[in-house]
Amino acid sequence: MTATLTLERPRQSALVIGGGIAGIQAALDIADAGFHVYLVERSPSIGGRMSQLDKTFPTLDCSACILTPKMVDAGRHPNIDLLTYAEVVEVSGRAGAFHARIKKKPRYVDADKCRGCGLCAEACRLSGRVSSDFNAGMGKRAAVYVPFPQAVPLVYTVDPNECVYLTRGVCGKTFKCKDACTAGAINFDQKEEFIEVDVGTVINATGFDLFDARRRPELGYGVYPEVITALEFERLASASGPTAGKIALNGHLPRRIVFIQCVGSRDISLGAPWCSRVCCMAVAKQAHLAHDRIPGAEITVFYIDVRAFGKGFEEFYDRVRKEGVLYRKGLPSEVLRRGDHLVVRAEDMLLGEMVEVEADLVVLAVGIAPRSDAAQVAEMLGVKRDESGFFAEDHPKLRTVESSVPGVYLAGCCQGPKDIPDTVAHAKAAACAAMILLAQTEKAMVTSDAAN
Amino acid sequence: MAFFPRVGVYVCHCGINIAATVDVRAVREYAATLPGVVVAREYTYMCSDPGQALIQNDVRELNLNRVVVASCSPRMHEPTFRATVSEVGLNPYCFEMANIREQCAWVHPAGDLTTQKAMQLVASAVAKARLLQPLEQRQASVTPSALVIGGGMAGMQAALDIADAGFEVTLVERTGQLGGHVAHLHRTFPTLEPTADLVGALAQRVGDHPRIRLLTQAEVTGVGGFVGNFVVTVRQGEQQLEVPTGTIIVATGFQPFDARRKPEYGYGVYPQVITTVDFERMANAGEIRVNGHEPRKVVFIHCVGSRDQAVGNAYCSRVCCMVAAKQASLVRERLPQAEVTAFYMDVRAFGKGFEEFYDRVRQSGVIYRRGNPSEIIRRGENVVVRAEDTLLGQPVEIEADLVVLAVGMTPNAGTEAIASLLKLSRSSDGFFMEAHPKLRPVETSMAGIFLAGTCQGPKDIPESIAQARAAAAAAMIPLMRGTVPVEAATSSVDEELCAGCGQCASICTFGALNLHPVRGVMTVNAVLCQGCGACATACPSGAINVKHFTFDQVMAQIDVVEDFGVPPIPHREAEAQVVEA
Amino acid sequence: MLQIESRAFAREHDLFACVQCGKCTGGCPMTLKTKLNPRSLILRILTAGNGFDLEPFEELWDCTTCSTCTTRCPKNVSPMEAIIGMRSAIVEKGKIHPNVKTALESTFRQGNPLTMPRDQRGAWAADLALKPMAEGVEYFYYVGCTPSYDPRGQKVARSLVKILQKAGVDFGILGNEENCCGSEVRRLGEAGLFEMMSEENTETYKSLGVSKMFTTSPHCYNVYRNDYPKNGMQVQHYTQLLAGLVEGKKLELTGKLEKTITYHDPCYLGKHNSVFDEPRAVLAAIPGAKLVEMDRSREKSLCCEGGGGRMWLEGTNPGTRLAQMRVKEALETGAEVLATACPFCLLTLEEAVKHLNADDRLKVMDVAELVAEVL
Repeated sequence: MTATLTLERPRQSALVIGGGIAGIQAALDIADAGFHVYLVERSPSIGGRMSQLDKTFPTLDCSACILTPKMVDAGRHPNIDLLTYAEVVEVSGRAGAFHARIKKKPRYVDADKCRGCGLCAEACRLSGRVSSDFNAGMGKRAAVYVPFPQAVPLVYTVDPNECVYLTRGVCGKTFKCKDACTAGAINFDQKEEFIEVDVGTVINATGFDLFDARRRPELGYGVYPEVITALEFERLASASGPTAGKIALNGHLPRRIVFIQCVGSRDISLGAPWCSRVCCMAVAKQAHLAHDRIPGAEITVFYIDVRAFGKGFEEFYDRVRKEGVLYRKGLPSEVLRRGDHLVVRAEDMLLGEMVEVEADLVVLAVGIAPRSDAAQVAEMLGVKRDESGFFAEDHPKLRTVESSVPGVYLAGCCQGPKDIPDTVAHAKAAACAAMILLAQTEKAMVTSDAAN
Repeated sequence: MAFFPRVGVYVCHCGINIAATVDVRAVREYAATLPGVVVAREYTYMCSDPGQALIQNDVRELNLNRVVVASCSPRMHEPTFRATVSEVGLNPYCFEMANIREQCAWVHPAGDLTTQKAMQLVASAVAKARLLQPLEQRQASVTPSALVIGGGMAGMQAALDIADAGFEVTLVERTGQLGGHVAHLHRTFPTLEPTADLVGALAQRVGDHPRIRLLTQAEVTGVGGFVGNFVVTVRQGEQQLEVPTGTIIVATGFQPFDARRKPEYGYGVYPQVITTVDFERMANAGEIRVNGHEPRKVVFIHCVGSRDQAVGNAYCSRVCCMVAAKQASLVRERLPQAEVTAFYMDVRAFGKGFEEFYDRVRQSGVIYRRGNPSEIIRRGENVVVRAEDTLLGQPVEIEADLVVLAVGMTPNAGTEAIASLLKLSRSSDGFFMEAHPKLRPVETSMAGIFLAGTCQGPKDIPESIAQARAAAAAAMIPLMRGTVPVEAATSSVDEELCAGCGQCASICTFGALNLHPVRGVMTVNAVLCQGCGACATACPSGAINVKHFTFDQVMAQIDVVEDFGVPPIPHREAEAQVVEA
Repeated sequence: MLQIESRAFAREHDLFACVQCGKCTGGCPMTLKTKLNPRSLILRILTAGNGFDLEPFEELWDCTTCSTCTTRCPKNVSPMEAIIGMRSAIVEKGKIHPNVKTALESTFRQGNPLTMPRDQRGAWAADLALKPMAEGVEYFYYVGCTPSYDPRGQKVARSLVKILQKAGVDFGILGNEENCCGSEVRRLGEAGLFEMMSEENTETYKSLGVSKMFTTSPHCYNVYRNDYPKNGMQVQHYTQLLAGLVEGKKLELTGKLEKTITYHDPCYLGKHNSVFDEPRAVLAAIPGAKLVEMDRSREKSLCCEGGGGRMWLEGTNPGTRLAQMRVKEALETGAEVLATACPFCLLTLEEAVKHLNADDRLKVMDVAELVAEVL
């Protein structure tokens, strides 16, 4: 009797932890190949960091525009089980036979009924009062929210840390959200649920955190409102951001903008000796956006080296300089207040002179760092991390997607800083390894079936 | 039975992307008045789940048989909405998009004219939608094997992955050995391990793998067929082999920049001036010697042939900063008495472990001087490098008995030939062009053909390997599925009008048209045809129509704009645009 | 104070494209003896806000406009043109060296920068019965100011005429009607005067039906070929014409010259216009001649310090011109003849030979003179 792969046996599954572009890409590839995928994302929507960007370098593609089709694909793929607002809490087993326990956090909104109309958020008592994480703290939302309008799934979530009812037990006389919802989707009786899955392979695509700019106090972040991080700039520049794309602080357009590279990267004294890889190009792009949106603005970039290494990068750097953005070699030592504006002090190394550049806006290119909970994730998966805290690959040249545990793969920035094309390639590479393992596992099971 | 179109029109706000410049409500109201339109709605994000639900409900409840969505570019969401309608039983080709974002809201200022243009675009789309015909989306079977062109690191890795997944792979390598350029390297950065180990690790497995057929001293001379069903002609010596294959991976690599194109450096004239490629070979052979002795003053020059518009290479070659750093540290290690200087413009130590390696290299005593040297001249037995140390702000002359030029990567000599064989595009830097620089880094515009390694652009070993595995993943998917969807919007020939003149075939770049030997008319291979429409334009008899873009459909689109002229805009008090749920 | 609007200036000269790599300064011949630093100048202008004072930068007048910086810049910036632009700003304000003033005024009044009378321009050819340029004559021979007026330069013109007559080339000259081409005027920054001259000359040549022309000097060749308004005229340097004659076997050289010759590439022929091979081909055709190359040949040729107005300016480090360094390089090759194809190089190199007391070891000769010797 011959065995074929079209037995009643269910196909092998993969577990992808993290729904940013890396997780989404890996999940799509594995699902397209015919395997089943559990894509688990901690926040209410997939999309990750890429959904927070305005335009991407060097093509100036609108980030949401190239990301949302993939998000929609992942959301509707017949082979992908999308588990958002959920966390993997336990993983055991071995390559080909892992077992995972996933906690589904309560949204207090029934996903089957919610149509994403937003009336609950408009009605919420805390509407416009809750700091929006997605907008990097620069915008406000309600206690019931979707992180951004193109969220997948487009289901509202009640923030258990902000909702007055959930934190204090009482919401005025009636639940404003429940009253406003015409689909009857609000449900405060929801509880957290646990589900258990059996998978053949696990892909860690948990992403990164950003360097806390307050650790360089001399730059004034958190003290001067005119000093912001590159991510905050990105939100200001985004059409879906708090200022609908106007790069303005308190309603004023900055006329003199200074970008400072390498904040929290290439810095042994701060325990971040690595290069964060993307910031040179991200700043070039942001400088271009600023030049585009604020005609006549004086834009300066202070740098150590300009790392424009990828396809089209050097040409983009050439373009940005030609547009009039001034690149000055030398990292600023401090940012000071002078009347109604700021002053950035640095040595211009090529002039060989100290300079003080006046600024209405200072943007810090904060570095990419391992997630604050990377240690816990590493422990859960049993995988090693390297000295910088990123997840360790099995071999720096030949096996950058394999972790120290066979069958557990790494995709994207959790293994080290990367831009979007490198992340996508890395995620596909992880998917490749996963697919091979799943195919081999299937074959082994089929063969052993036939043998029995 | 007569066919009555029942069209649903859905106008998207796209957040503020469209709504900020186009009066979406006015467009929606206008659409409702168009002939054949049964319902017209608007929504903030039509592509979102609730937006799609609107469409699906209407299809079911209002018996719609044609759907028009006025939103972004079809390149963005046409597949999305096609899937939306087919989920509720409507043929995906009965769906049409009007691009009122990229072609309207994004390129014009807010105002009546912009809204009117959006209206005209919608009217045009509706006119076509009424004439759309359902088309069958077929599947073609897939040959369960792959072919990899190039046996370097990328090619070997891709072949191994596909073979490990259970498929047969043919690996074609032009030279007699595997390993490409890496086989000639000595050590790699930043770990400084011998590259022979890396190459050996892969080459060994390739040689032993039961599912990899290795053809060395072989070249691809022809490619026919289409995704899932390619036939590749390989010439090996006197033999010509025809290899059927499902997918193809191009891993043809690069070649180093020819340093003689910078005559002011004297490469090929001064024996003291070599390239990083030469250095690697020298180190591999066991010693670092020039003119019969070990050098005491070594100078490395970055960016030779890269970031240099004077030689037509504006791009950065990505790896040379690290290669030079690695070689500089090797010199310091093997010849502790030697002074080593590296001239650079920017030190691009961006990868994992690179910055830390750069720190160690400087610690080992290599002096980094910022400046791009202008020329090298002879001085007695040695040479002198003339540059400006831009951080000192002074011109300098550094005497050296060995100068190593960090030459960049350029497209392989065979790139042009492969490009025309496989109909692949090339980027402005001359390397193969990927389908989309961000989200499709290994696909090409030719379905079933993928890119791996440096043939797509300069990259180091880990990146080449990762990309090769990414290409393998992409190449494996059709093989694992067993079938590929075939484009339904292809050309069709009206045999009564066709004279068999063949003008269409001569213009078709996909080889999809052939003269039928018996009937004497042209026939279309629906699987090869990409629906580009060139043949329809070329045909002098008007015998060719492209399905889904027929003459009647396109003329209807044009006529309606003429007939309807400029639609009026209702002016009302400024009020919040209410989104209909 | 000599202020320029730095932002507008930077835009006009595309200085923002500069990546501050220093290749210009590293290759600039004048950095061997002056403070001139093109890279630093560019950065100063970029960072100057909206006003940059040129007054302190006397080294702007050291530039020989050899174009090494421009030829090698990886970002297609022309520091040389920026320097000419700065000179322009200074000239406009009238703050120029008296030598320069004299040369410019002389050009304006007498049609040459050498303060020689206009009606003496054609005197060098008085006994040669040369055809005046007119409609129907195949080539227009543009002689140039130095070969017309300078006795040493005249030898070159006369040698060239001899060669052309032997080869039967149909050419005409303008004699006293010839006007300065304006090359040095432009390099000195007098843009207005240059524009006027170039328009006037173009009109003249058009009215004479000029379609093909050749020059004695690479400076004139360069300005006609690259800086004049597009006029459809085919411009060659005389060495290109001769190389063509040699290849087409239209020039028979029956004499012999058993000398070792080394060729110095003039900047305006080599670096500016990539004409390296034709002069060498002509020299190689001289029977008995042995050619040796200096280390600094072709693209690395060392500027003699004659261009960019330097024939009238000593510069900030007067005394030893780079031409002396060049002569030493030539002597090192063992050559007996230092050949060149530019009147400025000819004069500066010869002067250098004298300064070094090397007259008995090395003769400086123009290619035309050498060929004329073996006719």
